[in-house]
Amino acid sequence: MYIYDQYDQKIIDQRVAQFRDQTVRFLAGQISETEFLPLRLQNGLYLQRQAPMLRIAVPYGLMNSTQLRKLAEITRVYDKGYAHISTRQNVQLNWPALEEVPDILAELATVQMHAIQTSGNCVRNTTTDQFAGVACDELEDPRPYCEIIRQWSTLHPEFAFLPRKFKIAVCGSTEDRAAIHHHDIGLELLANAQGEIGLKVLVGGGLGRTPAIGSVICDWLDKRHMLTYLEAILRVYNKHGRRDNKFKARIKILVRAMGVDAFREAVEQEWSTLKDGPTTLTDEALERARSFFDAPDYAVIDGPAATAELDAACERDPIFGNWVKRNTLSHRMAGYRIVTVSLKSTGYAPGDITAEQLELVAELADLYSFGEIRSTHEQNLVLGDVPMAQLYPLWQRLQAAGLATPNIGYLTDIICCPGGDYCSLANAKSLPVAEAIQARFDDLDYVYDLGPLELNISGCMNACGHHHIGHIGILGVDKKGEEYYQVCLGGSQSKEASIGKILGPSFKQEAMPDVIDTILSTYVTLRQEEESFLDTYRRVGIDPFKERVYAQAH
Amino acid sequence: MPRLIKDGAVIDDRWQPIDLDSDAPRAGQIASLEQWLNLADKAGTGVQLEPAEEPDTLFPHLHEIALIVINFPVFTDGRGFSYARRLREHGYRGELRAGGHFIRDQLTYLRRCGFDAFQMADESGLEAALASLSDFTEFYQAAEDQPLPLFRRRAEPTS
Repeated sequence: MYIYDQYDQKIIDQRVAQFRDQTVRFLAGQISETEFLPLRLQNGLYLQRQAPMLRIAVPYGLMNSTQLRKLAEITRVYDKGYAHISTRQNVQLNWPALEEVPDILAELATVQMHAIQTSGNCVRNTTTDQFAGVACDELEDPRPYCEIIRQWSTLHPEFAFLPRKFKIAVCGSTEDRAAIHHHDIGLELLANAQGEIGLKVLVGGGLGRTPAIGSVICDWLDKRHMLTYLEAILRVYNKHGRRDNKFKARIKILVRAMGVDAFREAVEQEWSTLKDGPTTLTDEALERARSFFDAPDYAVIDGPAATAELDAACERDPIFGNWVKRNTLSHRMAGYRIVTVSLKSTGYAPGDITAEQLELVAELADLYSFGEIRSTHEQNLVLGDVPMAQLYPLWQRLQAAGLATPNIGYLTDIICCPGGDYCSLANAKSLPVAEAIQARFDDLDYVYDLGPLELNISGCMNACGHHHIGHIGILGVDKKGEEYYQVCLGGSQSKEASIGKILGPSFKQEAMPDVIDTILSTYVTLRQEEESFLDTYRRVGIDPFKERVYAQAH
Repeated sequence: MPRLIKDGAVIDDRWQPIDLDSDAPRAGQIASLEQWLNLADKAGTGVQLEPAEEPDTLFPHLHEIALIVINFPVFTDGRGFSYARRLREHGYRGELRAGGHFIRDQLTYLRRCGFDAFQMADESGLEAALASLSDFTEFYQAAEDQPLPLFRRRAEPTS
């Protein structure tokens, strides 16, 4: 993974010193609330319902075991002994004290971490495929590009006061696991006819109040032009994005208002002065970034033999076998598997992880996966490079710590924002809904029978829980001071991206497990052989679901 | 006399402020964009841009303008950052002044975008604000104060 040199460290250290000074001046009354707001947000600090929330950046979801141990230590010293993995692969602390945040940032800087631009109207943490570098369907590793974008966007002087937040995602594989169609900018690495790697550029996707699927503004961009082209897009947005209404300030609204062709033309025009300038990437810069993501020192393993041994172990211990089937994936190297550590066990908030669990995962990463850990936007952790022969001891340790719930990609692997229990933006609680659904569907055989299913819950229309792109999405709404829940169906974050359609009038919290039950049994009745929920929905449309759900209500 | 930060020090402002009622701002005075475009004799005048006024209309005149002010009515409206960069990229070499309600914590970014003068609505903190000009001494991006991005400088052989 990327390792700081003296330049990176100096920038991060100076940022800590700057925020320490800003915090001192704020606490002394020398900076107003209004002025402090963007300063603290751009250092990841929200003031929430019960306490501040600090969002720590995990650039493109990659951490090492040292960083995980430091996070565990920070949660103990400065927080309540647990952290939360966010839907943008970041780590959140729910209970830090404002005056201690500069100390937390200084602690993070000692392990090459920070909280820069994890909030505010600026370029946010770039996200990517959690299986980058190990997935079988990968054309090009997106992480070097993410790191180049991280450096370019970090403390960018021109784009720190944009009309609204700005999110970039990069994908380099056949299957899109980074939801690039739903970002302000989505970048897809792909080869042209000559086999050279370049980027397809999508603009104007997003969730929130006005969900939209990104439009292609460039079919293939030479990778050397990546940063100047991004700069041109950002500049058009900075100049022309709406600033009169925060709900219409995202780039998707601008792209829609201008029309994609006019927007592309404006970008091209802006680009003409930036193209081939000093920000054009050099071969050395690309090579340097790439060099940090070389394959680790894999052992040479006899793949078929290792697979046969693993199959035998799975047969001996069916519970282990089930976990291997549900929570591990094929790896590009013979004899290795990709392991997802489930943070979705019923009774615990999706994405929450205790200090002890963080330390355990760090230890297991050191033992079995080259000391690296990935966070996922589905709010789980991943050990990317586990030899098949080590899966059994790994599973035993995870199982004992409650980190082996065999539900990855299934109904109970719910994406869920912190909601009204923590977040001051929320209209409704989201965690109790997630828990009630997980509790209702505790029969794993039924859950597996339902097949791959993404259920996403947001406590407000800011959509941190990505409800629009869940196969089933749940949105908390406020109806005259009461918490209600709207359901949408048919969203998808894949390359065949779609935005969920609203089923109908919203429901009370206690009705939600029944509503989901009816939706699922409708699917079971209607599905054709082996047909997934999403495919069935796409075939039959929303009406049969609507009829069943609302018939029952009357 | 109003004061401002110029080239890293607090100095007196020699320019006459904008007067929207004036028909013909004189040399040494700052004009609004509309006033300035209508001036028959532009010599020695300055021009002030508001957030909704892109600098492109000034591009043909950049060599003859001594002062361009970019006004920030609210510090969260960041359009002026892009305007400043465009003006510098198009060859403007005169004084580029940030005016209005920006805050000292933005000074490094403003300087990097090409501003060399800073006139803050509240003058009381000017001396203290000087410190914020050097919050950072190392940067990733190319900008007006550092023409090469870090990735090009890293590649240079160290002497």
